[in-house]
Parts: sequence; structure tokens; C-alpha cells
Amino acid sequence: MARIIVVTSGKGGVGKTTTSAAIAMGLAKKGHKTAVIDFDVGLRNLDLIMGCERRVVYDFVNVINGEATLNQALIRDKNCNLLYILPASQTRDKDALSQEGVGKILDELKKDFKYIVCDSPAGIEKGAHLAMYFADDAFIVTNPEVSSVRDSDRMLGILSSKSRRAEQNEEPIKEYLLLSRYSPDRVKLGEMLSVDDVQEILSLHLLGVIPESKSVLNASNSGTPVILDEKSDAGQAYADIVARYLGEDRPHRFIDDKQGLFGKLFGRK
Amino acid sequence: MSTDSQQNAHQSPVLEFKSSTFSVPVLVLASNDVITIEQQLQEKIHQAPEFFKNSPLVFDLQELNKLDLDIDVTELTHVIRKLGLLPIGIRGGGAQQNQQALELGIPIHSGHIARDGVYAANQSGTGAASTATSSGAPKQQAPEPEPELESGHDHESEQESTAEPQAVAVNTTIITHPVRSGQRIYAAGDLVILAQVSAGAEILAEGNIHVYGSLRGRALAGVQGNTEARIFCSALQAELISIAGNYKVSEDLNSAAHIRPVQIYLQNHTLVIKDI
Repeated sequence: MARIIVVTSGKGGVGKTTTSAAIAMGLAKKGHKTAVIDFDVGLRNLDLIMGCERRVVYDFVNVINGEATLNQALIRDKNCNLLYILPASQTRDKDALSQEGVGKILDELKKDFKYIVCDSPAGIEKGAHLAMYFADDAFIVTNPEVSSVRDSDRMLGILSSKSRRAEQNEEPIKEYLLLSRYSPDRVKLGEMLSVDDVQEILSLHLLGVIPESKSVLNASNSGTPVILDEKSDAGQAYADIVARYLGEDRPHRFIDDKQGLFGKLFGRK
Repeated sequence: MSTDSQQNAHQSPVLEFKSSTFSVPVLVLASNDVITIEQQLQEKIHQAPEFFKNSPLVFDLQELNKLDLDIDVTELTHVIRKLGLLPIGIRGGGAQQNQQALELGIPIHSGHIARDGVYAANQSGTGAASTATSSGAPKQQAPEPEPELESGHDHESEQESTAEPQAVAVNTTIITHPVRSGQRIYAAGDLVILAQVSAGAEILAEGNIHVYGSLRGRALAGVQGNTEARIFCSALQAELISIAGNYKVSEDLNSAAHIRPVQIYLQNHTLVIKDI
């Protein structure tokens, strides 16, 4: 059974697209046929991060409007042949998306793919709403600072009340916390919320911590998902996250130099 | 100030609207045969004549309409009145039945029909006509009124005005999931939350509020003016707390001091925060 994963946050600039690209690549590398969809119509970025911007012919909106078939619009990734990208349209806006159209495309993708990753735009308006509406799992990307945490909390509220699963009284969306741009040094100095602080506020299952890393910017600029940079800390963090999501038991890293905190974290969930 | 008081003296209010909840027997019908209904109703009344004498009554046609059985509301009302009962409402009727009832001066009750209806029918379990009061109580004393239900509807009900006198007593709403920023929960009775309430969330109850987790959002108890309402929480970090309109914002709360189990109640129009 296919799973639809939404990568969302409420706030902008926290690493949703980086995460979507990395997670999708990670799942595909593990042998699962995966599609990743850019819902940020009008502010298309995912194709850049995935390094396929020069191969975009048709996009998400073309498929919704019936101007192209899904197969024409899907771009196969050059690094992994189990990964496909459905780019957003740059010339349109979010109103070009309709619930019915999105639902139809996702239904069609579900027949063929194991995982469908939806890269949500920032905000809580139409684009973000449609990205999460059909989701089975939600990856909440949060930076360790108060406004990002507050926005994530808001998004969690929307997930639990306005999604398809909520409206049809099905089992709720499974929510996972991804804490990105984490810097243990700054936490020590009291400049940043700690993992525990964020957990305390959101009370959410922590899937992984992604450290603040130069490798993320390098990866974005070169158009290769950071997870492919196996030597980088951020790449390893995403690899851990994918493994944990698939049910592997891996200890949390990049939280602190000390081991003591690990035990504390495991005690939570 | 002086002009204010003069004006007040001029037109001191002689009336006030208040909302109340009443327990009223509900007559759930399972047959449209008015003669049988009259017969069986008479038997029931005979068992506790004092209780039924001039008793208000709401009749529920939902079961009937489910079975596609039509009933003449005018005729039914006539029978009920003849037996000494005073119909004050119709529930679960069709459009035409509701219209008929209105013409007879009988208000239409809506809301929570399905569950009440089923519950009442199960409760009495008898044939054609039955009341929701525990049937077959032979004593002259008042049998218990309609069982109060509405327990724990696990969703956000945001409207539920109690402007009309309701036939149904409402009690506790139970929420098991965290209340997130931007969410709003209204409970017509008590509100029990078994998780945290995030900053930016708002919980309102006409009765008491219990939060078995951190209370970081806004909590308003006794919103219809119940000054006896209280707020209980495991850790008070609220943005605002209010009981019957008397409120404090987080700036007025010595925030660090209250991150532990406390209760909040009203004493001489002042909010009192006490450890529990």
C-alpha cells in the first residue's frame, strides 16, 4: 500500500524542500519506488535542489488541467532510477490547484509508487492545505527557535482537523518531528532551543535531528540531494531519518557530544 | 461617571436572559398507530400518575421516520394533551411534521438527535410507545429524568448555543489529543483535556475545565456566567485564564511559580490560584 508523506512546517525557510529531496532520495535508494511532488506552485524550487531544472517540460498544473499525462510530466532522477519528480509550475499560482485534481493525481501515483513525498509550500493557505490534505504521514520540519515551533504547532492542529483522514474520521495522520539547522554549541550558549525544549512544546515523536551544516548549501547549489553526500553530517542525519522511518532502530546523533542526553530522549517515546 | 449612574437609574433593567438546562421526558415512538400509542401511554401513566400529571414532554419521531412511518402530529398532540401531558417540543420530525407542530405552538428541538434517540429507545426497550424515563417504575415518586448523555463527543464543537431551553442536559466533553495552536474548543458543559493545550489555542467551557497536561493557551471557564466554575491543570503556563469573565493574562501571573498542578477559582470577583 502506497504511503503519502507530506513535508510541512508552516514557517518558510526551515528546510522543507531540502528535506523532501533528501527523504525521497533516501527512500528510493532503499529500493522503494518514490515520487516527490513540488506543491509550491509559483515558487518552484524542488527541481533546482534535485538538479533536474533543465529537464522540466510539463508540470503539476499541466497534469491537473489535462494538458499532459502524468507520465509525460514525471522526471526520472539521474542518480536513482526509482525516483521521479513532479515539478511545480512557475508561471501559475496556488489557485491553479484543486482538491479534486490533486486527489486524482495522487490516486494515480498510488497505483505505481510505494512512497509519494509532497513538498509543501510555506504558510497555511491553499497550497499547504492541499499538500497535506491527502497525507498518511507528516514530517514536521522545525528549526529550534520559537516562531518556527509555534508555526509547527499550528500546522499540527490543521493536520489533525482539516485533513482527509480527519474529515472522514479515519486513523489520524502519523506525525513525525524533524528538527533541522540544529547547533549543539548554540544550544549550550542558550541561543537556541534544545531538543528537549522543542519536544516539551510540541510533544511529538522525534524522527531525527539535522545539524546546521555547510553541506546543505553546497548540495543545494550543486543540485544533488544532501543525502547523497554520505560524508557530511547532514547527509548522515537524513540517512538515519529514512532508516528510522522505515522501522530501523538507530540511536539519535548530532544532538550533543555527551551520551547522557540520548538515554533521556529514548525515555520519552 | 455621574451621567452613567443617572442613566442607569432611569432605565434599570427589569429583565435578563439566562440559559438553563432542563431534564424533560422524551417520548420515543416506534409506531404510528395513534390508538395503540394512546393505550400504552395510558398504561404507563397509570403506573406513576403523579409524575406524569402536567409533565412537560418532548416527542421524538426519529425512529418512526427511519421506518418511513408517517404520523399525524396534530392527532398525536391531541392524544398527549388529553392524557394530561404538556408537549413542549418535537424532535426528529420531517419538514411537514415540524410545520404542523409549529402551528400548534410546539417548538422544534434539534441537535444530537441520533444518539439520544437511539439511547432512549434502547433504554426503554419496549414496544410502541415508551418514555425515556425508566419505564415500569411503579412508584408514585418521580422516576429519574431522561438519562444525561452527550458524554465525550471527541470533536471540536464550536457553536452550540444554548439560547433555546434545551431538553437535553449536557455534561462532559473529553478531548484526548493535544489542542494545538489556532484550535478552539467549546464545551457546553465541563471540558476535560487529557493532553497539553498549546500556546495560541483556546479552550472554552460553560462549566469546569480540566487539563491533564501543560496549559499554555487561553482557558475560559464558566463562559455563560457560571461563577462556580473552576480551572484545573497540571502546569499553568497559560496566556490567559478566565472564569465567568474575570480574567488574568500571563503577565499578571507569576509564570514561573505556577508550573505545577494548580486550581483556579473565583472568590469575591478575584481569581485565586491555589496549588493542588
